Amino acid sequence: MSRILVRGGRILDPATDRDEIGDILIDGDQIAAVGESLDARGAEIVDAEGGWIAPGFFDMHAHLREPGQEYKEDIASGGRSAVAGGFTSVACMANTHPVNDDPATTDFILDRGEHDSPARIYPIAAATRGLAGEIVTEMSALVDAGAIAFSDDGRTIQSGGVMRHVLEYSKLVDGLVIVHAEDCSLVGAGVMNEGPVSTRLGLPGNPSIAEDVLVMRDLMLAELTGARLHVAHVSSAVSVEAIRKAKERGVSVTAEVAPHHLTLTDEATLGFDTNTKVAPPLRSAADVAACRRGLVDGTLDAIATDHAPHALHEKDLDFVEAPPGLIGFETAVPVVLDLVRKGEITPLELVRRLSTNPARILRRPGGDLAVGSIADIVIVDPERSWLYDPAKGYSKSRNSPWAGKMMQGRTVATIVGGRLVYHVDKGVLVP
Amino acid sequence: MIGRDLIGIEDLDRGDIERILDTAERMREVGNRVVKKVPTLRGRTIVNLFFEASTRTRASFEIAGKRLSADVVNFSPSSSSLKKSESILDTARTLDAMDPDLVVVRHAVAGVPKRIADVLYAPVVNAGDGAHEHPTQALLDMLTVRQVKERIEGLTVTIVGDILHSRVARSNIHGFLKMGAEVRIAAPPPMIPAGIESLGVKVFTSLRDALSGADVVMALRIQNERLTGSYVPSIREYSATFGIDRAKLHYAKDDVIVMHPGPVNRGVELSHELTDDRPSVILDQVRNGVAIRMAVLYLFAGRAPRSDLGELD
Amino acid sequence: MQSEHPPGPGFPRSQPADDVRTILDDTGIRRALMRIAHEIFERNNELENLYLVAIPNGGIPLARVLAANLKQIADVEPTVGILDTTLYRDDLATTSERPMLRLTEMPSAVDDRTVVLVDDVVKSGRTIRAAMDALMDFGRPKIVQVVGLVDRGHRELPIKLDYVGKNVPTSPDEIVHLHGNDGDPSSALEVVVSSGPADEGHVSERSPA
Repeated sequence: MSRILVRGGRILDPATDRDEIGDILIDGDQIAAVGESLDARGAEIVDAEGGWIAPGFFDMHAHLREPGQEYKEDIASGGRSAVAGGFTSVACMANTHPVNDDPATTDFILDRGEHDSPARIYPIAAATRGLAGEIVTEMSALVDAGAIAFSDDGRTIQSGGVMRHVLEYSKLVDGLVIVHAEDCSLVGAGVMNEGPVSTRLGLPGNPSIAEDVLVMRDLMLAELTGARLHVAHVSSAVSVEAIRKAKERGVSVTAEVAPHHLTLTDEATLGFDTNTKVAPPLRSAADVAACRRGLVDGTLDAIATDHAPHALHEKDLDFVEAPPGLIGFETAVPVVLDLVRKGEITPLELVRRLSTNPARILRRPGGDLAVGSIADIVIVDPERSWLYDPAKGYSKSRNSPWAGKMMQGRTVATIVGGRLVYHVDKGVLVP
Repeated sequence: MIGRDLIGIEDLDRGDIERILDTAERMREVGNRVVKKVPTLRGRTIVNLFFEASTRTRASFEIAGKRLSADVVNFSPSSSSLKKSESILDTARTLDAMDPDLVVVRHAVAGVPKRIADVLYAPVVNAGDGAHEHPTQALLDMLTVRQVKERIEGLTVTIVGDILHSRVARSNIHGFLKMGAEVRIAAPPPMIPAGIESLGVKVFTSLRDALSGADVVMALRIQNERLTGSYVPSIREYSATFGIDRAKLHYAKDDVIVMHPGPVNRGVELSHELTDDRPSVILDQVRNGVAIRMAVLYLFAGRAPRSDLGELD
Repeated sequence: MQSEHPPGPGFPRSQPADDVRTILDDTGIRRALMRIAHEIFERNNELENLYLVAIPNGGIPLARVLAANLKQIADVEPTVGILDTTLYRDDLATTSERPMLRLTEMPSAVDDRTVVLVDDVVKSGRTIRAAMDALMDFGRPKIVQVVGLVDRGHRELPIKLDYVGKNVPTSPDEIVHLHGNDGDPSSALEVVVSSGPADEGHVSERSPA
């Protein structure tokens, strides 16, 4: 059995609130020991000095485009990009071609994940057939096939009646329903946040209320039905507050926020770069501030990238035609470290939202550094300065608003199930 | 200005605007000659890249280019059998291969001229992009006002109509504010863009209040599809509340002038009697259009400079 | 828009005052223009056909004085026009900035007229060449003659002046200007030479030579 010693880093284990310098010894696929100056005999040394040692990050919202759109990403390239960013587990959405609303497709994704991806891949199945927002999917069969949650993400269930039915039915499997909240009639033709910037640019606006009304609707439906709801990529201040109030009332709701909604405002779109076009859109400074506060106070439980690759020729269209979405695996860490740098959150609490909370919400292994736990570990150097060039990244796509920018902080090593799958000096090391 | 792009009035300062207006004044005289041609841009290639159809603006740019003896080439991708979506990079690269001295771009979606300009070596002039900007229209509007009123500073300019979808409105707002006028907008509430006050304009939903004491009234064109229920319930209601006629002009100053970018929906935005004679300056606007475009081509066309201007002696 | 170019910004910074010298003062200019008016009167038979065309900016006050002189001498009132040559320049392809356009006001057609171009300072002859091209676009004059108040030599084209106020040998680097051209007819005019290279990057407002 192979052994790895991760040596001399700042151990951050949110499960036990441990934050201290030490080593972690891995034996086989499990964590064998955590402490100071551990015996390194026979172990491969991975140096973590100056860095953080955290449980592997868990991205609970990503688009891997396989089956059907492998030209822009597949499970193999997505998995490599994920571990290069420090994510040892990825939950992938169902808006593939065909839609993952069927056990055979779920099975296909799991199989691909096992064989081709260095990161663990967990399929999220569709909540309604074909994402059409009308008929609930065979949740029981999908769970048996390996689906870990349900979502129509990419689309939204517009009918309150159908959403109620989906939430009710999900209780059969104690399933988690993830909502991408956008009222299409309020979104209208909007392609960016409605506000003074969209007015200046002359682009149709998508008002934040399009998100708020749907979030509030689904919070009330979750309260009514007692189902488990998770709100995807929250971007609006009003939605954050609504979730906060719902949690206070005891509604069973969790929420996530994406790195771009924590740091970029709609002003990033001045210049019409389609790599700033995303759904929900980049919003105002007040919305960004509210999302940051929400992440810090726990209203927003998790950070999820919503990694959404699109090919160059797709983003090279005018701002209305270009599809929304940004890649995010490899930039998530430096971008969210901004909250630590500004003193808004501690490293331990940030790690909790990147790792422990997503694992807990999805009820999967990971998110802790206990002896006997699975050895999914990430080493982060929070100070490391580097130039981000998406062409040198592992994703097949390059649609990032941070292309060409200097980033601060980087994943330097990723270990999945006791195997070193990525090291910044050597790249992705598998299969 | 040679080699610079003209994407919007937002990017120009007052000095730039005055330079263009002064140059256009001189260009008007060329249009009054028998031989309406000067050799200034002889041998230069100007490409009109109109993704969105437009007879008037394109003709105006074409006449302007030809009066300066340039070779004008027209491209209308929308009229070809190509797929609807144009790759911006491909378009720019194709243009670059033709070595143009200036490219005029019009597109139905905001941002395309800017994106082409970012990639293209030659300067790009925006002939209208979505609801974003239409700088040469605003320049000819400002020139017209300056001619009739002999100044722009201190005037009250009221823009009326579908501000939300109007690039003419946005460009004129930027332009008239930079030139020191007070700018008011009046529109049915669903057509007032979010946060427009942040640009520095006063917002009115009452036409009467907006017109009170105005020196210039600019009526915008309203598209048919927006008059039939989605934004405004009916043509009748729109013209009653926001259409300009002689009666409503009494709220403005006695010497108010009426403008419209054209083509006018008679009886909707402007009453029939206002379209042709004073106080309407619409024909002056059209005449000034060629002069402004000649000025813009003269000032912007060309590549990176090789040597500085010496004395021509 | 005047061609005024007073000492100050635009003049080489290291310029000591005695590097500027007046080569023709107001009295000298007016005497020269009176003499030239007599020469025009002498050389042309159909004086009623005269059309003085000033090349802005320096040519404008000179043409007006000439017109007044001809009225005095011969009791004729020649047509006075202004013809900017900027759009006809042969060097626009090499400049980094497009020069400001000046006034053009041609009150009559030039067909069959005796056109007398009036310019303040003539050097390479390119301005006169451009003026002739412009004139041809306006019609077909019967005769074209040229008045240059100052001829400083260094021709690059085969252009000759029919009437010269003063021949002034200069080095090519020197700058020769008409001062006092401020639109007020009673202002004193003078022609001034200054030394030094032409200003870098300065978009010329000066009268073409």
